[in-house]
Amino acid sequence: MPEPVGFFTDTSICIGCKACEVACKEWNELPGNEPKFGDGFDNTGQLDAQNYRHVKFVDLVPGDNIIEPAGGAWLMMADICKHCTHASCMEVCPTDAIVTTEYNTVYIQQDVCNGCRDCISACPYGAIGFNERTGTVGKCTMCYDRLQANLEPACAKACPTQSIQYGTLTELHQKADARLATLKAAGYDKAQLYGRDDSIYGGLGAFFLLMNKPEVYGLPDKENAGLPRRNNFGSYLNAFVVSALGVVAGLMAFRMRVPEEPAEPSQPAAPSGGGGD
Amino acid sequence: MAEHFVQPPHWEWYIIGYFFLAGLAGGSYVIATMLRLWGSPRDERTARLGMLVAFPLVVVGAILLTVDLGQPLRFWHMLIDTTPGHGGLNFKYWSPISLGSWGLVVFSLFALVSFAEALGWIRRVGIAFDVIGSLAALFLASYTGVVLSVSNQPIWSDSYAIGGLFVASALSASAALLAWLSARGDAASAAPTEARLQRADGYFGVLELLMIAAFFTTLAMAGTIGRMFAPVWLAIWVLVLLSLVPPLAGLARREGLLAPSGPTGALIVIGGVFLLRCVVILGAQF
Repeated sequence: MPEPVGFFTDTSICIGCKACEVACKEWNELPGNEPKFGDGFDNTGQLDAQNYRHVKFVDLVPGDNIIEPAGGAWLMMADICKHCTHASCMEVCPTDAIVTTEYNTVYIQQDVCNGCRDCISACPYGAIGFNERTGTVGKCTMCYDRLQANLEPACAKACPTQSIQYGTLTELHQKADARLATLKAAGYDKAQLYGRDDSIYGGLGAFFLLMNKPEVYGLPDKENAGLPRRNNFGSYLNAFVVSALGVVAGLMAFRMRVPEEPAEPSQPAAPSGGGGD
Repeated sequence: MAEHFVQPPHWEWYIIGYFFLAGLAGGSYVIATMLRLWGSPRDERTARLGMLVAFPLVVVGAILLTVDLGQPLRFWHMLIDTTPGHGGLNFKYWSPISLGSWGLVVFSLFALVSFAEALGWIRRVGIAFDVIGSLAALFLASYTGVVLSVSNQPIWSDSYAIGGLFVASALSASAALLAWLSARGDAASAAPTEARLQRADGYFGVLELLMIAAFFTTLAMAGTIGRMFAPVWLAIWVLVLLSLVPPLAGLARREGLLAPSGPTGALIVIGGVFLLRCVVILGAQF
């Protein structure tokens, strides 16, 4: 078995060039969606079956003439499927189309998926999208085909600033720890690693160095990073109790006899109006 | 406060249709069984009607569910593991959609036998069969709500009450449907049965109302209730609450313009249950 691999995305040096998006689309033959032009630099919109990488632009500029120190006003992050150790999508998938590969990445088997889309409602990162052309769901494969040929994923290969680094998780964790220490020493107090340890979904195969709180980047914090199965017990219990009460209600109602009801079913019954016992 | 960054699965009209019809099918089967267990012998005609409608309803629902898939011809992948080298059955007890796929198959088999029995194609199997089928029916009517809750979608994952809400409303709609159908034939002889069904619908309506309260309470606790207050959803919730007037008024033995009975009352109740599914399913996604 190969050693587990992954991505370390250092948002502090992302320049928002979108080379990763382009390289991903080129390699994975993704035609992309119609670009959206709004009040910002983001014309991709979100992660989905056409965008396995998505460069998020978070505008925190407080005013026209007030510029925060570098790394604080404009946040850019090359977002991607997190390849969670405990993956919500894999947990709910009824066809077992979503599997963990030999590289410890999360992969959707296109010939098994039937497009039920339950994984989309489960993924807390919005990383999965429905592909209208194939009728299945799609997301980052971490360039599974390239890994098999000992090549690094296309996005990491194309990133000009080394914001996206690919390697073994052991090696990446060391690099991330060192980079965080450097930033902290330089006074960036809000800098933090996201998904480096196992507190978020058992650890992320694609983890991040963030310059602000996770929710600022659209990532759930520890309190909100829950697996779907957390609701199994409460939901089934509720359904069971209400079903049981429904049966009791039926027992009470159907044992009721209307006063004018004849004893023999063969005899004609008189109308009873609203009922009563 | 719960924060969500998930995308909607775009479960829309086909899924709403399936959730609605699965509830009606399951509810009709359960009510037919309860009429046989605790009703009078003259309720047998309505019980038969319940068994007659359950199977076609679940078949149409299953067709809608299949059509909603991106790859409808792969519907059987829900049951059989087609991953190379795996084989065997797909049964993930921790995934409600997987469990529900099996629940749908099991209930459909029960409904088919009861349907054939109601048509006189086969001999009566017995009340024990109906009771076991009713357990599958209750599961079918409720698991759809559990599927929603067991996700990371806003609203759905913020409430554990959707399964109970769906089963209570399914029983209510089914009681209204069977009361209406039973009165269509010999109205005079069906009147006692109709009265019992209306009484049951009143109880089911109370349960549904309690579950709506639980649903909103859980959303308030999660801090996501504001999403349900968008004008369009609020308007639908008002209609859902109004649709509870006929069964609750029946329970209070009030009749008249504000508490319609007969086909109008049944249609209002059934329509309200459909709208309930619309607002819960669409309200979380858009």
